[in-house]
Amino acid sequence: MQKKVPYLFVLTGTIIVLFFMIIPLLTSLIPTFFSEGDLTFSQYTSFFKDSYNQSVVIRTIRISVIVMVICMLLGIPTSYFIAGVDKKWKGLLMAMTLFPLLTNSVIRSFAWINILGKNGIINSVLLKSHIIEQPLNLLYSEFAIIIGSVYLFLPTMIMTLIGVMESIEPEMLEAAETLGASPFVAFRKIILPLSIPGAIVGSTLVFTGTLTAYTTPQLLGGNQKMVLSTLLYQKANTLGDWTQASILSFIMIFITVLVMQGLNWLAKKVDRRVDQHA
Amino acid sequence: MRKQKGMTIIAIFVFLFLFLPLLLIIITSFGTESAIKFPIKGFTLDWYLNVFQTESFISGFKLSLTIGVLATLLALLIGVPISYVLNRYKITGKSQFKSFFLSPTIIPGIVVGYVLFQWIVIKLGFSVFIGLLIGHFLISLPYIIRVVGSSLEKMDVSVEEAAWTLGCTRQKAFIKIVLPNISSGIFASFMLAFVNSFNNVPVSMFLSGPGVNMLPTSILSFMEYNYDPTVSALSVIIMLLTVVMMVIIEKTLGLASIS
Repeated sequence: MQKKVPYLFVLTGTIIVLFFMIIPLLTSLIPTFFSEGDLTFSQYTSFFKDSYNQSVVIRTIRISVIVMVICMLLGIPTSYFIAGVDKKWKGLLMAMTLFPLLTNSVIRSFAWINILGKNGIINSVLLKSHIIEQPLNLLYSEFAIIIGSVYLFLPTMIMTLIGVMESIEPEMLEAAETLGASPFVAFRKIILPLSIPGAIVGSTLVFTGTLTAYTTPQLLGGNQKMVLSTLLYQKANTLGDWTQASILSFIMIFITVLVMQGLNWLAKKVDRRVDQHA
Repeated sequence: MRKQKGMTIIAIFVFLFLFLPLLLIIITSFGTESAIKFPIKGFTLDWYLNVFQTESFISGFKLSLTIGVLATLLALLIGVPISYVLNRYKITGKSQFKSFFLSPTIIPGIVVGYVLFQWIVIKLGFSVFIGLLIGHFLISLPYIIRVVGSSLEKMDVSVEEAAWTLGCTRQKAFIKIVLPNISSGIFASFMLAFVNSFNNVPVSMFLSGPGVNMLPTSILSFMEYNYDPTVSALSVIIMLLTVVMMVIIEKTLGLASIS
């Protein structure tokens, strides 16, 4: 067969991705590095001088970190539990984890509007039991974004970790326990270190997912608690400020790549340490 | 593996956390009051009727279905040959090409929507529909390349080589031997990419126009002005479709294949 054909396929795809992804990105982002024809970061320095912009960047990162930590704390025990049950139950539990993952993020955030809203469950329960007299403002807060994002990304963390948990041999735990370790100590000394490389991979997905999510912060944080993605949409669509939107785009990509590289590096390092111990 | 009490308690809590909110949506979709309230008073199916009478939901559903299917098929058409070439041929810069084709996943969805709107709609003057199609193609392509790539890796190359020695050309062997062997991977990647496209909001946010709204974005704009159980009812319908799809995947491939 002609040698050129395989290249032809790859090239076609390359041209499509270049033309519809890379070039549009560059044409939007490159102008943010120029000011009156000079190559400069001045647009970025003035962006970061604005205290409102600062607060949005910091809030976005803070929310992403908190969500990542909560997902890890809840995801490690849950995936450990799922990996340990009988085959029949495991299928069901995995299907139950996948179901929210395959359900639209609008629906999943809508569920939390029903719970946290002024007329939501929490408020009506508290009002009826006379604990409070005025409904609480739970919605449009950082707390709401955090809980909605945990809800969104916890299944991702669990699915990433199940495979890792399954590969841990149960004999190791038994050995630890026959040697006198309590279940908790056995967990801390065996399961936890072995699951960390997987947890880092999961954390990358959760962190970058939370950082770039649009629907949940839009519905649960609104205009009061802006994050990078909602601010980007507002700048571009409501205010028509294309320059600021492009700056925000670059900042989002920059943080995403940075965190991915950082966590990948960490995962590799931890992996090597676990290998040495084994 | 020995059961550990603490873990079990956390796991039960997590499953309650994952399912109670969805259960709440199901219950409130039957309430008779015009605002979403819990516990509900009375029982009605009117909100379900309302879903089918809301024009923006019907047109949104049709558009999401059309874009999802077209974009995913397009991604298959481009992506499957690429996966094959990257897996079976010795070509220079293989790993660079691989990460290049997975790169759309690094770009945040809202940014993809934003730059495509600028490029396709404003600079090139194409319709929003074309923008949506390309945007959804871009987010589907990495799924196709990854899932099809892994099923190509799992497939035994010697079966293919046997076909060549028996006189098949490479193209013929690809169609007669390789495609049937990786069909479940193709199906899984199609399903995954389609669901992802159907659920996607950020890429579609900028790419909407008069009469052109994807289903999730029409739900979002409906919610801006209404807080009645219509959205609950629609959510239940979408959840039912998700269940049906999961059953189909389980029956054909096993759910484990898509995780």
